[in-house]
Amino acid sequence: TTADFAVKTHIWTDDWQVHHLIEGSDDERKHKKLLEAIGSMGGRKRKKQNERSEASVQVSEYFVNAEGTGDKVNLSDLLGTVEKTSGASNKTKKQLRNLQSSKETLELPLNKQQTEKVSAEFSVQLLVSCWKNIILQNQKAEQMVFPLNQESSGPKRVEQVVAGWKVQTPLEQEIFRLLHGSRQPVNDPVLTPVEEQSLKAMSLEEAKIRRAELQKARALQSYYEAKAKREKKIKSKKYHKVQNKAKRKDFLKQFDEMVKTNPEGALEELKKMELSRMEERMSLKHQNSGKWAKSKAIMAKYDDSARKAMQEQLQMNKDLTQKMVVPSDDEHESIEEGLETVPDFVNDPETVIDPVNPWMRGQLTHEEPEVSCVTAEEVQTAEEENEEEEIIGEFERKRKLRQVVEEDVVEVSDKEEEDEDEEEDVSEFNTLFRLMRSEKTREGSNQTRGGLNTAGEEDEEGLLSEGQIRVRSIEDLEVLDEVVEPRAIEEPSAPQTAAAEATSEPPHKKKREINLKEVLTKEAKAVRLPFLPTVVDEEERDEQISIIKEAFAGDDVISDFIKDKSRQEAAGRPAVVDLTLPGWGEWGGVGLKPPRWKRKRFRIKTAPPPPRQDQKLPDVIISEKRTASVASHQVSQLPFPFQNTAQFESSIRTPIGSTWNTQTVVKNMTKPKVVTKLGAIIEPMVKEDFIKSKTTALWLLEIGHKKFVFSVLGIVGLHVNSCAFCL
Amino acid sequence: MLVFGFWTTKICNTRNCFNKIVLIALFSLTFHCNGFASIVCPDLKKILTKFDSPSRWFMLGKKCKVPAGARERLKEAIAISEAMSEHAQKQAARYDLLLPEDAGFLEGDEDEDTNTISQADIADAVDITSGSKYFNLHLSQFGPYRLDYSRTGRNLLVGGKKGHVACIDWQTKDLKCEMNVMETVNDVKWLHTEAMFAVAQKRWLYIYDSKGVELHCVKKFNDVLRMQFLPYHFLLATASATGFLQYLDVSIGKEVAAICTKMGRLDVMAQNPHNAVIHLGHPNGTVSLWSPNQKESLVKMLCHRGAVRSLAVDKTGTYMVTSGLDRKLKVYDIRAFKPLHSCFLPAGASCLSLSQRGLLSAATGEIVQVYQNVLGSNPVSKPYMAHRLRGQIWGLAYCPFEDVLGIGHGEGFTSMIVPGAGEPNFDALDTNPYRSHKQRQEWEVKALLEKVQPELIGLDPGQLSKVDQASFEQRHKEQIEALGFDPLAKDKFKPRTKKKGRSSAGAIEKRKRKVAHEDQRDEIRQSVQERTEREKELKEKSNEKKLGNKSTLDRFRK
Repeated sequence: TTADFAVKTHIWTDDWQVHHLIEGSDDERKHKKLLEAIGSMGGRKRKKQNERSEASVQVSEYFVNAEGTGDKVNLSDLLGTVEKTSGASNKTKKQLRNLQSSKETLELPLNKQQTEKVSAEFSVQLLVSCWKNIILQNQKAEQMVFPLNQESSGPKRVEQVVAGWKVQTPLEQEIFRLLHGSRQPVNDPVLTPVEEQSLKAMSLEEAKIRRAELQKARALQSYYEAKAKREKKIKSKKYHKVQNKAKRKDFLKQFDEMVKTNPEGALEELKKMELSRMEERMSLKHQNSGKWAKSKAIMAKYDDSARKAMQEQLQMNKDLTQKMVVPSDDEHESIEEGLETVPDFVNDPETVIDPVNPWMRGQLTHEEPEVSCVTAEEVQTAEEENEEEEIIGEFERKRKLRQVVEEDVVEVSDKEEEDEDEEEDVSEFNTLFRLMRSEKTREGSNQTRGGLNTAGEEDEEGLLSEGQIRVRSIEDLEVLDEVVEPRAIEEPSAPQTAAAEATSEPPHKKKREINLKEVLTKEAKAVRLPFLPTVVDEEERDEQISIIKEAFAGDDVISDFIKDKSRQEAAGRPAVVDLTLPGWGEWGGVGLKPPRWKRKRFRIKTAPPPPRQDQKLPDVIISEKRTASVASHQVSQLPFPFQNTAQFESSIRTPIGSTWNTQTVVKNMTKPKVVTKLGAIIEPMVKEDFIKSKTTALWLLEIGHKKFVFSVLGIVGLHVNSCAFCL
Repeated sequence: MLVFGFWTTKICNTRNCFNKIVLIALFSLTFHCNGFASIVCPDLKKILTKFDSPSRWFMLGKKCKVPAGARERLKEAIAISEAMSEHAQKQAARYDLLLPEDAGFLEGDEDEDTNTISQADIADAVDITSGSKYFNLHLSQFGPYRLDYSRTGRNLLVGGKKGHVACIDWQTKDLKCEMNVMETVNDVKWLHTEAMFAVAQKRWLYIYDSKGVELHCVKKFNDVLRMQFLPYHFLLATASATGFLQYLDVSIGKEVAAICTKMGRLDVMAQNPHNAVIHLGHPNGTVSLWSPNQKESLVKMLCHRGAVRSLAVDKTGTYMVTSGLDRKLKVYDIRAFKPLHSCFLPAGASCLSLSQRGLLSAATGEIVQVYQNVLGSNPVSKPYMAHRLRGQIWGLAYCPFEDVLGIGHGEGFTSMIVPGAGEPNFDALDTNPYRSHKQRQEWEVKALLEKVQPELIGLDPGQLSKVDQASFEQRHKEQIEALGFDPLAKDKFKPRTKKKGRSSAGAIEKRKRKVAHEDQRDEIRQSVQERTEREKELKEKSNEKKLGNKSTLDRFRK
């Protein structure tokens, strides 16, 4: 009987399959069926397709059969011939081979609910993300001009003016019908309506943008799907528990909002909740009647956590079985209204304007013919800019040329020569310094050896007299004239001896690096006068001498200065704090010195201050005091984006005032952040506003006036920037 | 002899608008003698290119590099500021077109020193208007004279030792006022406009208007010997015989600061036009620098072995020229406080003055010598011009925007023509020699509005654009304490966790070691690279020298 049943069913199925079979082949069919029925009687049921055995006029697709059906189709079966064909490139062959070798199967797609959820989430994100850029741009923009899309105030073309005009009288209507029906140009414009439409439809850039958007969308969706799948696979119960809890919380939060914004959805959610409540009431879940609950009940006496778990279960039950608050009547009404007010355009049929152009099917962004006009202007201004640059370049060239000519005419001493001179000077100075240092160190060593070593001093005096002159008296001063020149000859010998001295006696103590006396007695060149001064009167001479006497009132200017400087240096050094208590832990009294350990422990030395600015300038004292007067005018905090003071300082290094800048630059630098047109209504931004600007900016980019765009179209320039980033 | 004055196209400097352009030929002549003609004096051209090349002139500070891992906002902020400053520089350079004038010069024939050319010759050679700029005022009765030109260069103020004070529109020779104050006059100085001037008399400081009416007698300022007026701060700085340096704000009539220098009699004084710091010369051979904000000197430098007799600071605030009783003339770089060169003048210089274009005039006895190319490292050998006068020279001053040097001496006043002294292009919104009464009034209001506060005077005039480091650090420290971390610190390197045992403690340590001290390493790398490059260059140079510039393979070179 079982076989009979099987046969019957089989026949039925086949009947359904081949309901339009030709009458003539009935017997044969029956025979085959019988065979099949017999074949399927044993064990596994194998369904075999009918085979076509004879040629007929009408061929059913159900009879097309391949050999070895039911077996798996291998890739090699399909593409095996590629290996043999000579035309196929090696690359594709290799790819195919790789494909064959890979054993991975494609993953199952997500189920319907999940895909919907992902796509919904994603679409919301897309909606928000397209605004993100423009918001950021506007935040960053140096200047915003409101209202955003202001029409240019200049004269308009006839077509633009006519575009806003509507036909009113029947005669006009008839004429326009005639004109537009034949799609002939009105008022002799540049383009026919068809052409304009096609232009309007979608430019290449827009198409590119659209495509990029779609690509991005697809990619993001696939990421989300993958993520959802990964999350689904996670086995951890705790993870899911946490996840569910978070979701629940999130849902509750959203629900309140949903009631206001989307009452339909809220109602549905409510229904779902009601259903879950029913289920909960029906089932014994969460009622502490299961195996687990019973075991816990035993433990509850002794274990706190078990008791807690049970209580949680009960709480869950309570929560789930709680009755939901039914929304009030007026809400229902509003929902109904909401249902009624579906926008009309939903029912409108899709208007296919040009069947040939596939781009026409989409919703068109309203593009004004203005665009082309604007761009033309821009091109013009760009050209002007170029001209200006050329002028500057020419000016520079001319100047250079002039310089060259002048140099040719009069032989100007080269700059290099000057540099060399400088270098020589510097080197001379350096050798002098070196000499001084060696002398000074020697002096220091002398001092350390034994206070005032008279012999050493005499020696030094001798050396000094060799190299330099000291002016202490008027007689010296008078002789000065004669001495100046011979000294210059003597000088070269001096450093050698000094150097020899320095090498023989290594310095014990590092003291002042440079000797002052040497710096002041630097060689001076006498100046040749055109006509010598008249002979000085005796009286004047006496007067002068008295002045000089006064000036050198018995003191050495240099030593005074050195003393002054050392005093200043000492004042700048931090003092050692002495905390030793005399007589503490030992005998005290007059003339007793605290022991070494005490001095070591109780005398606190502070860290030395940073090196003085005048450390390497022997004849200069630079005050180390910090003037607080400027501080009150200075910035003492780093403003936001800057990370260190150098960055900030360089950013404010350009003065803004008109004393240092041209008028245009001052205006540019001090322009206000927001400009509003008086009396104009500032509408909220719509998507078309920035999409249009994007396209125009892109167009300009392609033209290759990037710099121009940046400088001239303040905001649009920034748009370009962002476009370059996001696309 | 060849004299070339400048066609002064009086155009405002970079900032000015076109409506204020005044075209006036000051003195215009290319004079040829003995058929010799040359176009430009080479030295002068050098100075020109040195000071006026647009690339240097319009450069505003250093560019900031965007750090490697900078935030987007920071990058944008830097980019915007850089773009803006570049734009500003470019625009300023474009306006350079409006400064077409070259300075004048004087050139002798072959084997003729320019310093032998007398003033009378020059006055004869140039046109009448320019020739009239050489003139003498014989005032032997009340001399010797001190003098001062107003900032626009139109008006001259002379004050005789014995009380004679006069102000003159020296170009038209129009006497505005003349009087005798019946007291010793130590110094005279114009205030911000030509409507007011200050006279340092025997006891007090007096302020008169251009008609000679006494406006104020400032009794807080006694025994004033020398004065300097700081035009952008509206400060009159005075140095007295009692050793006091005082500042008077002439816009509000208040004493801003009184500093006891403790350096004795102060009769040598100069101002640094770059940063408004006052330089004082002292009998002990030192020169000290002062600002009203500090009771002690900013800098004190030992310049001479004798007393300092005179001082001058150049327009850019780079060079200082001093002369002392030791009869030396020294040039200092006062940015580094280092002596550049010194020369010995047999007679010594009692008065010094620097022109706008860097010509130095020194009064040696009765002779005024003018030196060219003093500012710089190469020492001078001979004067550019010289002029002998009768009587002790008491005051020297160059007239702004003119090729004229004013000399006050025992026998009166002499105006001397020095080609190439004045700046040919002036800023008409700042100092316009041709301004009308209305323009002057307008300028005065604007200048008062833009008055710089005396607190901003210091060695570095750009101090205001720096962050106050001390309080910044203090605040930063407090912030660290409050937050518990350093908000400006760099993030510490955190090695990523890797699998298969590559995140062992040792491996992590190794990875950390790789990036440790990255910033220092960068510096070191850079310095090493520089050094190697320098060495390479030196080596190449020495090789070239050794081989005598040519090797056998050089012929294959293109």
